[in-house]
Amino acid sequence: MGRYIIKRLLQGIPLLFFISIILFVLMMNMGDPVATMGGRRVTRASDYERLRRQLGLDKPIYTQYLYWLIGNDWTKTDVDGDGIAETPGTRRGVLRGDFGVSLVTRKPVLQVIGERLPNTLILMLASEFVIIVGSLLVGVYSALRQYSVLDHIVTAFSFIGYSMPIFFIALLSMYVFGVLFKRWGLPYLPTVGMFDPQAGKTAAQVLWHMVLPVLSISIISFAAYSRYIRSTMLEVLGQDYIRTARAKGLPRREVVYVHALKNASLPIVTVVGLDLPLLLGGAVVTERIFAWPGMGRLFLDHVSRSDLPVVMGILMMIATAVVVFQILTDIVYAWLDPRIRYEK
Amino acid sequence: MQTSSQPTPVMLLPADELETPPLSPGQLAWRRFRRHKMALFGAVVLILLFVYAFGGALIFPESYANYTDTSLRLSPPSAKHPFGTDTIGRDVLARTIYGGQISLIIGLLAVSIESLIGILVGALAGYYGGFLDSLLMRITEAMLNIPEIFLLIVMAKFFGGRIPEIHLLGRVFSGSVIVIVVIIGLTSWMYLARIVRAEFLSIKENEFVLAARATGTSNFEIIFRHILPNSIAPIIVSATLGVANAILAEAYISFLGLGVQPPTATWGNMLDGANNYLESAPWLWFFPGLLILLTVLSINFLGDGLRDAFDPHSRAV
Repeated sequence: MGRYIIKRLLQGIPLLFFISIILFVLMMNMGDPVATMGGRRVTRASDYERLRRQLGLDKPIYTQYLYWLIGNDWTKTDVDGDGIAETPGTRRGVLRGDFGVSLVTRKPVLQVIGERLPNTLILMLASEFVIIVGSLLVGVYSALRQYSVLDHIVTAFSFIGYSMPIFFIALLSMYVFGVLFKRWGLPYLPTVGMFDPQAGKTAAQVLWHMVLPVLSISIISFAAYSRYIRSTMLEVLGQDYIRTARAKGLPRREVVYVHALKNASLPIVTVVGLDLPLLLGGAVVTERIFAWPGMGRLFLDHVSRSDLPVVMGILMMIATAVVVFQILTDIVYAWLDPRIRYEK
Repeated sequence: MQTSSQPTPVMLLPADELETPPLSPGQLAWRRFRRHKMALFGAVVLILLFVYAFGGALIFPESYANYTDTSLRLSPPSAKHPFGTDTIGRDVLARTIYGGQISLIIGLLAVSIESLIGILVGALAGYYGGFLDSLLMRITEAMLNIPEIFLLIVMAKFFGGRIPEIHLLGRVFSGSVIVIVVIIGLTSWMYLARIVRAEFLSIKENEFVLAARATGTSNFEIIFRHILPNSIAPIIVSATLGVANAILAEAYISFLGLGVQPPTATWGNMLDGANNYLESAPWLWFFPGLLILLTVLSINFLGDGLRDAFDPHSRAV
């Protein structure tokens, strides 16, 4: 097992290199970060040149990539434009944990992302929790009562949920629970932001503001998950060992919730493990609609200002999360299901 | 089987050999498809949506869809404007018709590009194997590791704002339509490539491929005339579902304001900024959103039915 993990990690590293190169090439045409820097003032041509030089944007793409990757503190760069490289570099490179400095805010990238990451994570983890608990309940119920009314409703619902664009369900739920409820004099939910500025950022406020985004995200995946649990549960319930358990007189409750559910929930681990990092991506649109100050919005803001270090930082973080979660999923799966033996 | 020159022996055949002629694979697939009620429903709704988008153009001219009347801005649905008007007084009904055309065309064109790349990559990797296979599959894997929406945003910036307007059939389209089609195609071929590769890996071991090779058939011909037609079923299913994903991708990227640029309408860019009018003008986002949902839903039903029809063993969950 240990060797398998090491092997998988070693495979993941070149993959991440590859991703970083593809992304870096794509970044080169994102627009001119210096152009949006001056703000109201028009930048003079000489200042423009100087800024590009100071930011290292005048270098060819492979040099920029190299500096991004391993830093430039081992070499000297030309900052004042006299053709002689005299100023020692200060960047340490991604490999040594330095993602550079945001071109927009001049703050370290890790700090910029770190400020927003927790906001995205609480949204995502809460959604994932709702999805798993809800779909386990409904999935097991519809497996035990196959072809019942609820089972049919869930089936129809799963197709709609699967086809639903997140912005539509988000706008719809905002309209119903935010606007119509307010109009009808019912207690209504807040539609935008993370907390009421007047009440301050308290846990209750954040929870209250989280309801609608979590609801929207959950509805999309919930239906598909419960269908999935239903089918694995049905499969397991038809197996011999369940019949044996029943035959030896175990109570039905124990057969279903201990013997069957344990094995039926195994494949869910895979789905959850592969979906979790992708939820970060789904956050882009959700956070935009609900004005949630998370990573998705950070990404959009900085893409529009061609802030390469931050955009690269976010993308590499997500790509790394995807790779790591794939490995973790395989490990957890093998640990849960002793039948699986990975080759050394 | 008797030849037609000897008609009499057929009459003499015992009754049990006079059964119905064997069905072709296509007929069998159609029989299975017909039983799939939801897929038929999806196909019908999809046809209606096409009639809506392309037939509606006969009733409302495009100039009407782009006609702005600021005195009528944000007026609620009425007899004259059944879906209301948008922020600068354009008729939402007419715009959903013309937006539907663009959205559906983008879906179909993007899938053509997606299929082209996916089939090519999958076929080359699966057929030749070795170094080419590992190189192509590493690229596929790398692309799969970045959520599609991020790739779309980055590519929209990469290709954005450089293609001039297109004049076609007497109409003017924003050049961003082409950009969106290309970037959706470029970011969605990976699953198809994997499916095609897997098909090629198993089919190329068959004897008929060996026979083709033994008779000196060129690799090109083996790939495209012998193996590819045998793996067409999963490709069709995947491409059908791909149309739904492409329409969704267009909607997402246009919703973020990075997609097709106005005045060319799409269902996606009609939603851009609509959340600012959540309370005052729900018709702005409700109708385009509903149309997207209906389209994607019926394509998914259709794809599901096709999957069952082509391959009765692989029932979807």
